[in-house]
Amino acid sequence: MTLRGTTVPHAAGFVAGDRPRIVTAHFDDPEAHRLSRYEELGGYQGLRKALDSTPAEVHSVIRDATVLGRGGAGFPAGVKWGFCPEGVWPRYLVVNGDESEPGTYKDRLLMELDPHQLIEGALIACYAVGLTQCFLYVRGEMALAQERIATALNEAYAAGYVGRNIMGTDFSVDVVLHWGAGAYVVGEETALIESLEGKRGMPRLKPPYFPAAIGLYGQPTIVNNVETLSNMPWIMNHGAEAYRAIGTESSPGTRMVAVSGHVKRPGVYEIVNGSTTFRDLIYGEDMCGGIREDRELKAFVPGGGSAPWFLPEQLDIPFEGRQASAAGSMLGSGAVIVMDETTDIPRAALSLTHFYAHESCGKCTPCREGGTWLERIMTRIVDGYGTERDLQLLTEVGQSICPGAFPHAADSSRGLEAVPFPYRMNTICFVGPSAYAPVNSALTLFPEEFEARVRRDEGVPVAAPGRESRV
Amino acid sequence: MTDHFTPANLDLAHEIIGRYPVKRSAMIPLLHLAQEQDGWVTEDAMRQIAELVEVTPAEVLGTCSFYEMFKRQPVGRFLINICGTLSCQLMGAEDLIHHAEQTLGITSGDTTPDGLFTLAVAECQAACTEAPCLQVNYRHRYKVTPADFDDLVEELRRQAGEGEGPDPQSPETAGVPRHGVLSVARQHIPAERAAGPSSPTTNQGPPVWMPPPDAEEPK
Repeated sequence: MTLRGTTVPHAAGFVAGDRPRIVTAHFDDPEAHRLSRYEELGGYQGLRKALDSTPAEVHSVIRDATVLGRGGAGFPAGVKWGFCPEGVWPRYLVVNGDESEPGTYKDRLLMELDPHQLIEGALIACYAVGLTQCFLYVRGEMALAQERIATALNEAYAAGYVGRNIMGTDFSVDVVLHWGAGAYVVGEETALIESLEGKRGMPRLKPPYFPAAIGLYGQPTIVNNVETLSNMPWIMNHGAEAYRAIGTESSPGTRMVAVSGHVKRPGVYEIVNGSTTFRDLIYGEDMCGGIREDRELKAFVPGGGSAPWFLPEQLDIPFEGRQASAAGSMLGSGAVIVMDETTDIPRAALSLTHFYAHESCGKCTPCREGGTWLERIMTRIVDGYGTERDLQLLTEVGQSICPGAFPHAADSSRGLEAVPFPYRMNTICFVGPSAYAPVNSALTLFPEEFEARVRRDEGVPVAAPGRESRV
Repeated sequence: MTDHFTPANLDLAHEIIGRYPVKRSAMIPLLHLAQEQDGWVTEDAMRQIAELVEVTPAEVLGTCSFYEMFKRQPVGRFLINICGTLSCQLMGAEDLIHHAEQTLGITSGDTTPDGLFTLAVAECQAACTEAPCLQVNYRHRYKVTPADFDDLVEELRRQAGEGEGPDPQSPETAGVPRHGVLSVARQHIPAERAAGPSSPTTNQGPPVWMPPPDAEEPK
């Protein structure tokens, strides 16, 4: 069969359901990525509305809506926009489309299925804050997202939505498609900026904490996540009040969550923010429908590979930032990974530790060396060559990356109380602590599985020669 | 002047550089362009990129060597990356990787003797609900069973047998383009529509649509 361009099943993984839809509203329409269809669906009306108001008015609508950043930190976008210092020009917008946190699958869908919505959202931000050039940074490994955005931009330029004198006004901004080349750490906003400057993608020393003060080329720069910006057209069309009417006071609107692993219906769900619980997500009939083959839930990662794990007793916590933090973890980038009773916990933790050790940029010693140590120790434990001493060593190495108590979930049956998120860290960014997060969770919550491994108990898997764990 | 890019690609390189306020920002896109032209990033290409963006060749190598996707030695026509991160691991990625190694007769990281396939264990590909997944030259395949993998290899072999494959510059691409070709669509900013890059070295004050600060009502 001859294929034109890159074809994949439309909206693979997306599950609609009977819930409010803001950013995924066009996902059922396989043509929505084309400008003509997007316009029929009311596209670029949000931008039109914005251009009919003053930039300050647009900014205050977004601030009032309280759009929490969807990249991981959950910082309100409208507040972030206000951090640009007065009188320093030009200012830039960098769209963070470098989605690569383990378990996260939402920005890619937004870029592939509704690229114009993202472009429109980015333009609304540029107008409100006076940003004169936008760089849309798409992860290197996402060929289809790059194709869709390139095509969408070409259409939008031709139609006068992007570029000089947008929609006949004096608002002018170029949106430049930029693409990465494979480096997880570049998702960290200062590393993203370094990468955009053509350098090795290593995070910058902080302070300044926000690139809004000193960012791309040393200029004020707003870095926003793809999903965050995809909310903007809807908010301009419907108003801040309508947005806040969905979700809870502290977490308004909706958010996209990918649930993967051992569930009956893994998928990407747009859920009501703040009030939907992990139980709703994992067991809800209109969502994942429970654990595969009706097995027992063993543990789940609530917010991407960097997040400390939760146990079944945390299922009733809502998808809300503060409550997840108090219980010892974070919501991160909206990625839930579910592990059933058959899961080999040390092996699962090793998979994540390997990821972060591999993705260390090498700038901070605790991460560069510590991550590698964690991976090697975990590998020998999983392969059946570990010792009792190794278990202690894991904690020592972890403590050198993040000193002090590391967050973990409560488990009343074992007398464990939650250590709240976040942690102290000896590194510039979160990659180092992320290598330790799965190790600490696994070791704290399932110590018996490690002990059985180092004691070489009967029935504990030992890798056959030549088939050591590599993942 | 190093003369490595084809004239068409050199034009493209200049077009790409022209979008950025600082030339060096074009480095990663140009490295991709070099990889698209040659299938991997050669030293000659890095030298020419250095001249184009006005940095030293060592700085280009510094950037190039940081990023996983840039290959500094030839790889197969089809790079098969099988995801091994947690969501995929839970759904059988390790067995899939083992099967792929058996089918292709190589271990991950290697290239088949005919130069068709390079196999690699990769990291999270943002398709976690469709596990286990893989990418062929960064095109996704979802919920891949061992049988699916064998079918894929057959399909790619058949495609390779049909000739040189698609022209990387053409959007009318058939099948999976060879390694190095990423997006088959490119952004082109028409000169008459361009707002132009915003230079960081000159503070020209707020853009025309922004009222001066004292004219705004405090919110």
